[in-house]
Amino acid sequence: MSYPPNSDIIDRLVVIEPGSGLDRIRAGRKQARENIQKSYLALFQPRDYGQFPLFERRAVAAFIAGLHREPASAAFYVSEISSEPELADVIAREAGRGAVQGPYGRYPEGPLSTEDRPGLAYRVADEHRKLLGERLAAGLEHAHLLVFHPRDASQEALRALQKAGWSTTDIVTLSQLIAYLAFQIRVAAGLRELAASL
Amino acid sequence: MAEAVLTHPQNAEPYLFTQDELGWLPWLEPLSEPELTDRHREALVEPSRIKSPYFMLLARDSGILETRTKTDKDIFYNPDGGLPRAERELAAAATSRFNGCIFCASVHARFASTYSKRREDVQRLLEIGTTADLDERWNAIVSASIALTATPIEFGRAHIDRLRATGLDNAAIADVINSAAFFNWANRLMLSLGEPTPPNRV
Repeated sequence: MSYPPNSDIIDRLVVIEPGSGLDRIRAGRKQARENIQKSYLALFQPRDYGQFPLFERRAVAAFIAGLHREPASAAFYVSEISSEPELADVIAREAGRGAVQGPYGRYPEGPLSTEDRPGLAYRVADEHRKLLGERLAAGLEHAHLLVFHPRDASQEALRALQKAGWSTTDIVTLSQLIAYLAFQIRVAAGLRELAASL
Repeated sequence: MAEAVLTHPQNAEPYLFTQDELGWLPWLEPLSEPELTDRHREALVEPSRIKSPYFMLLARDSGILETRTKTDKDIFYNPDGGLPRAERELAAAATSRFNGCIFCASVHARFASTYSKRREDVQRLLEIGTTADLDERWNAIVSASIALTATPIEFGRAHIDRLRATGLDNAAIADVINSAAFFNWANRLMLSLGEPTPPNRV
């Protein structure tokens, strides 16, 4: 599909035409609009990749989009890894294994314990760990935790990342990438519904 | 050492949602002030954030920190049209309540109370949860926020129609979407990079 020249990632995911009702609504929050796009670029075209290379970022993104089961976002992020078909296939299978319902998780012990909801403690399948490598497998496991049950996050979860080779700074980037996509996928989904209602 | 995970054995984590002013302790080493370059300072945007362990930890990746901060500011502080500030904060608080982020909920419940003057209603959202009956307009905003927060996303035409029926225009509906969506970003960072602390009692 060919996109209008100045369309950003949200415009592409929602299919927002210049001059349309939704284009005008988005124009009312210009700085947010620009920085949602710049955030995407800061994560996927940063000045410095650190030890978190582009193909890993795209793999994590495709996994997260698959977990959300939002077709437009999933199609976009999956297409970004389509040049590595074996990786794309494993990511798709793992997203299928991991796609549950959230948010779930536990609260600190006390009155809120009545709201505890158990759920999947996701692990990448053994047969996929070799292709992915321990770093990326640990990254996917952390992504699943944050997507579906962030209230179960812990120091243990961070130690698991460190053990798999993630530096402190790269953990910050990974966390931002996961959390940004949780935001961006929702903005696209919400605005798509709004556009359809105009 | 920068690569260690930080523990806080003396901290007794809050175990209730509250409007009290909580603290937050990081699980990873934030940057120290002497380590900050001009680029870091630019990315932090507000000089006061140099005192925040949360923002000094996020400063390790200055690119995304800066763009995130500017996104946040426009969604919540832009006064032109759209949803009143109180109700953007309500969407943030409801999202945080649903995701289970005690720290985020405390901050944004407090802002929602300050701007709306409806402290008791905000308190009921915290104590009862997102099924609390506040009034139709607030119920519609909470319902839309949590539908957008669920994974898979449950937000649909019915949520938009309900918001419109209570008087929100399209710009205000977009603000609900942006505010609730943004807290899906914020909650995941705050919950996974550190822990809340009880308020300092005088």
